[in-house]
Amino acid sequence: MREGQPFFRVDWLVDNADQLARRVGEQLYITLIAIAVGFVISFGLALLVRRYPRLAGPFLGIAGILYAIPSIAAFVLLIPITHLSLLTAEIVLVSYTLVMLVRNMIAGFRAVPADVLEAADGMGYTNAQRLWRVELPIALPIIVAGVRIATVTTMGLVTIAALIGSGGLGYLIVNLGILRQFPTATISGVVLVVGLSALIDWGLVIVQRRLTPWSRAQVA
Amino acid sequence: MEFLRDVAAWYVDPHQWGGRNALPDLVGGTLLLAAASLAVALLIAMPIGLYIGHTGRGAQAAVAIANIGRAVPSLGWMGIAYPITTGLFARAGSGLMPAIIALAALGIPPIVTNTYAGLREVDPDLREAGRGVGMTEGQLLRRVEVPVALPVIMAGIRSSAVAIVATTPLMSLVGADTLGDYIISGLNLSDEVEVFAAALLVIVAALSTELLFAWLERRATSPGLGRDAGEIIGGRPLDAQAIGSEG
Repeated sequence: MREGQPFFRVDWLVDNADQLARRVGEQLYITLIAIAVGFVISFGLALLVRRYPRLAGPFLGIAGILYAIPSIAAFVLLIPITHLSLLTAEIVLVSYTLVMLVRNMIAGFRAVPADVLEAADGMGYTNAQRLWRVELPIALPIIVAGVRIATVTTMGLVTIAALIGSGGLGYLIVNLGILRQFPTATISGVVLVVGLSALIDWGLVIVQRRLTPWSRAQVA
Repeated sequence: MEFLRDVAAWYVDPHQWGGRNALPDLVGGTLLLAAASLAVALLIAMPIGLYIGHTGRGAQAAVAIANIGRAVPSLGWMGIAYPITTGLFARAGSGLMPAIIALAALGIPPIVTNTYAGLREVDPDLREAGRGVGMTEGQLLRRVEVPVALPVIMAGIRSSAVAIVATTPLMSLVGADTLGDYIISGLNLSDEVEVFAAALLVIVAALSTELLFAWLERRATSPGLGRDAGEIIGGRPLDAQAIGSEG
């Protein structure tokens, strides 16, 4: 902190409201893309595991290895190929979401009791009908739990992606805050990240309760 | 291919091996900072985890600690700790203090949750038997509960250690001398070779930590527990379980 500077400057927040809003927008945009792409890929992988259960081990193993790469290394490893771009950040972020999303999707499908599956088959459900009308609704709370964890984790990782120029709230924390020794920016960035994460997490809980009203008793 | 040759050449470049903040210094700095942070995390997390696990009191507090720990990104801990410590000590550039605070904060939740969960999973009959032969609460904890729960506790320490080592390079941002120095200066100078070479070292450091603690975990499993028991308890990702049941 520079000499003679107040610890927290509210006037800076007011003057830079537009920049704060822009950084929040970037943060949400980068996170949303990562979760959406990660969800689609994971859902595909989970459907493969649903059909060929043996694939669970290899898929989770590979996702686990990707997740084990330290984020600061992962974000910069691809620079020689994809350069300082949003693509570089998203490839890394999506890779990290896989372990949480695939694991919970597989766990969700496995949570469907065998007699329920049998009953569905007995009623003449086709494979697709059984998936959409029986298995997914039962698996949904566990799948949403995975999305919640993945989202909060990704929000944190996006702040690190600011190192490779992706913007977002990490820009406030690092570039404006730590590197220029301006605590106001750092603290605003941290508070915004945690606040947004909590808000999204809460939103996902609401969505899940709306989608599966019967599970409220167990889930709460 | 030429790029990878440049990376290989970077490691053997004498420039990396002499002078201030040479490669050995930065590797050492990274490992020392990580070790110190893990020690602080253990000092804080173990008593909390043991207390909650042994008494069963304050479990909700443990869950709350873990959730907060997960929600605040590592960069956030550093960002909060940095202005406060520099403010308190009225000087900038003392990067070690905020780095240790941030890394320890990152390492505490897995140790607390696993220690607590490990102790809770101890068969109540064992506790009963221990009390039956006249053990004090302290003896029960030391001789029965901790040995039985050790694989789970060690698994928590392992995830904590790996997370700390993986995040330590970020602390170069607040002036700690770690492998992150290369990444940050390399990014500033657009030196892709240096950035890449350092990133590989960071991965090696994290991977070695994982292997070292996995080995310690196996050693820590009491033979009485049996190999299978150790694998089932210790190998089960408790975090993963929590994800599912949190719903």
